[in-house]
Amino acid sequence: MILQIPLVYYLILAAALFCIGLFGALSRRNAIAVLMGIELMLNAVNINLVAFWRYGSPDPIADQAGVVFALFVITLAAAEAAVGLALVIAIYRSRDTVNVEEIDLLKW
Amino acid sequence: MELTAIIAQLVFFVVAVLTLAAAFLTVLVRNVFHAALALVGTFFGVAAIYLMLEAEFLAIVQVLIYIGAIAVLILFAVMLTRGMMQSQESGTNKQWAWAALAIAVLFLGLFILILQVPWVHSGTAVYTDTTPYLGTELLTTYLLPFEVVSVLLLAALIGAFIIARE
Repeated sequence: MILQIPLVYYLILAAALFCIGLFGALSRRNAIAVLMGIELMLNAVNINLVAFWRYGSPDPIADQAGVVFALFVITLAAAEAAVGLALVIAIYRSRDTVNVEEIDLLKW
Repeated sequence: MELTAIIAQLVFFVVAVLTLAAAFLTVLVRNVFHAALALVGTFFGVAAIYLMLEAEFLAIVQVLIYIGAIAVLILFAVMLTRGMMQSQESGTNKQWAWAALAIAVLFLGLFILILQVPWVHSGTAVYTDTTPYLGTELLTTYLLPFEVVSVLLLAALIGAFIIARE
């Protein structure tokens, strides 16, 4: 089944998912929605890593580098979500908003 | 093209369209709670893509970590910061049109680039259970990165606890 789907399909899917996530991160007002866009981008990168591992590695069974890399990315995404959401909740407590346009204390 | 190839590609297209539709909903829906639910759909689609790439352990991890932990964390955060998103103002900021334009150009560039590069397919299509190999690699070749990422996760969780504490 695996080699009947060209690698290009996965790459285009990942590129589209990355662009959608980037749009979410750039255009949303709610800080939590911005974090969701970042999660979409991390997922897109993971699809790329796994697809390149499956199609590019000469021995994908013994050489698990792509899966290991994707696992580390998932771990970092979990850490990022925990810290990011903690920051959002802390900001909501002190400023009573999660609108990124109103959180401009450090803006020049 | 033989029948199995047609079926495989059909399954791929269905999964890809569902994933992208859920992703579009995630970034376009005004209600953040609904966006978080659409995000769960996207995570399921990506898990299905992992299964099609024969990375079955990663698919399980995707469901457990992303849907079981991260999505629930996001839903909790949405509920804790509710009340202000009930207003009728739009969910996007002033620069959304510029962002859409720049991202359309970026996607077009990526699309052309991906189609032009002659990708090499060298993977073999023999199915075996790859999880034991993954475990061996994690605790031999990648032992140091594995430990470092564990410490990083611990530090991030303690940091999150301290930041969110009253």
